[in-house]
Amino acid sequence: MDHLRELYQQVILDHNKNPRNFRKMEHPDGFAHGNNPLCGDQIDVYLKLKDGIVEDVSFEGQGCAICTSSASMMTLALKGRSEQEAHALFESFHHALTEDAPHPEDVPLGKLSVLKGVKDYPVRVKCATLAWHTFDAALRKFKGEISTE
Amino acid sequence: MSNTAQYDVESIRRDFPILHTQVRGKPLVYLDNAASAQRPSQVIDAVRRLYESQYANVHRGVHHLSQESSRLYEDARVAVRGFVHAACVHEIIFTRGATESINLVAQCYARPRLQQGDEILITHMEHHSNIVPWQIVCQQTGAELRVVPINDRGELELERYHEMLSEKTRLVSVVHVSNALGTVNPVAEIIAAAHAKGVPVLVDGAQAVPHLPVDVQKLGCDFYVFSGHKVYGPTGIGVLYGKEKLLKEMPPYQGGGDMILSVTFEKTTYNTLPYKFEAGTPNIAGVIGLGAAIDYVQKIGLGSIAAHEHGLLEYATTRLRQIDGLRIIGEASQKAGLVSFVLDRVHPHDIGTLLDAEGVAIRTGHHCAQPVMERFKVPATARASFAMYNTFEEIDVLAEAIVKTMGMFS
Repeated sequence: MDHLRELYQQVILDHNKNPRNFRKMEHPDGFAHGNNPLCGDQIDVYLKLKDGIVEDVSFEGQGCAICTSSASMMTLALKGRSEQEAHALFESFHHALTEDAPHPEDVPLGKLSVLKGVKDYPVRVKCATLAWHTFDAALRKFKGEISTE
Repeated sequence: MSNTAQYDVESIRRDFPILHTQVRGKPLVYLDNAASAQRPSQVIDAVRRLYESQYANVHRGVHHLSQESSRLYEDARVAVRGFVHAACVHEIIFTRGATESINLVAQCYARPRLQQGDEILITHMEHHSNIVPWQIVCQQTGAELRVVPINDRGELELERYHEMLSEKTRLVSVVHVSNALGTVNPVAEIIAAAHAKGVPVLVDGAQAVPHLPVDVQKLGCDFYVFSGHKVYGPTGIGVLYGKEKLLKEMPPYQGGGDMILSVTFEKTTYNTLPYKFEAGTPNIAGVIGLGAAIDYVQKIGLGSIAAHEHGLLEYATTRLRQIDGLRIIGEASQKAGLVSFVLDRVHPHDIGTLLDAEGVAIRTGHHCAQPVMERFKVPATARASFAMYNTFEEIDVLAEAIVKTMGMFS
């Protein structure tokens, strides 16, 4: 079990135990519900945008440690970023979890790098990316690109 | 620890090659048997032997191999008949699995008979495969699906069942052993009550046949279904038992070869039972493998298997209850084969990954029984399910791995 420390690093366990921005948001600009029917993860992501900048992100729901900590770290990583930067970060994060070599346009992951260990557990990738997909859906709903999830 | 001294679990384990493999550097502890059991060499060899020296398409062939394959194929049907104690061999229909068996009954028995105002009765502990086929039939016919509730221990509320069974009920479909909770339902009583009102009953035996002796004539059920891979046979093969009278009245499920006696463009005459329901070249190797699996189970004896597994269940329940912060989901007085549980601070998905690191294979998730999860207000559970080859030592490994998991998350 000790080699799983790479996957369940202390910082991940900490975010799981004390998730940041774990709250419902009043009057969000964007909202989406994400669920992973295979493992029962359920997550609601809320966002506020101002002049194309992510002003606030929060989430609620229940999921495994990977899902919850990834959502928590996502909220910290996204605040203050432009829509384009948020999208680029999501893409880069996804690449880091699913592909061997980085893409040339990838941006630095910063603290999100701690989740890279998930790459060795392919069935858990969807846990780590659920919040990001849900954020993406909330953003696209706000922009009118999709009417339902 | 075992009360079945003559039960030689080590000798059984020698028959299952996969049990001697290692997972992540640890000896495999396979406790995901309710999802799919492993196969003994006897099954693997039967399939290998078939392909190496006996195989051809079944039925109608005049050459030697076709006759040999046909004989083995029909021998397997005889084995299944004996296994579930059906009155006749032609009451045994081979399907792709329990799911297809239920869909067959839904489309060929229920759909032509049901109309608006009619009801189908199922229970709150059904697997999705015993929910969705009936929802489809209800959409097609206007009939209504009604659900008998379960109590906090995960037992069927029998009083409610008797109340809900009415002159509107056209069919009862009930699971014999719950895959998510382990509950053994009192199917004999359920069937007797339904029959007293002239209502036929389908029993989903997917989780029952590996663990309990089943006698469809004693039970009196009208249909009984199960899958091969949960009873140590191949995947992609299953069984529908149906009473001859009902099967004869039902139209075919699919059209094609083998299910006909004669075909012209004007008129086709359907074949007799069981072939009417076995269109196309069947899963020949699956059937023959299933026959070998049933021979194997019969040789060990379901009575002995049930006693051994009961010992495992009691031991696992005692061991897991001692773990602080662990809650068992499903504490029916009659249980078979499995323990579903949740931990206070650890999501089932994390439990699954952490136990895997110790070589312990369990299932985590909703077990295709989302209404059960919702009933117990959990998103998912972790489930350890037992088979004839599991040992008390493996349950110790499970319990220690759970404690270790909790330590990591504390």
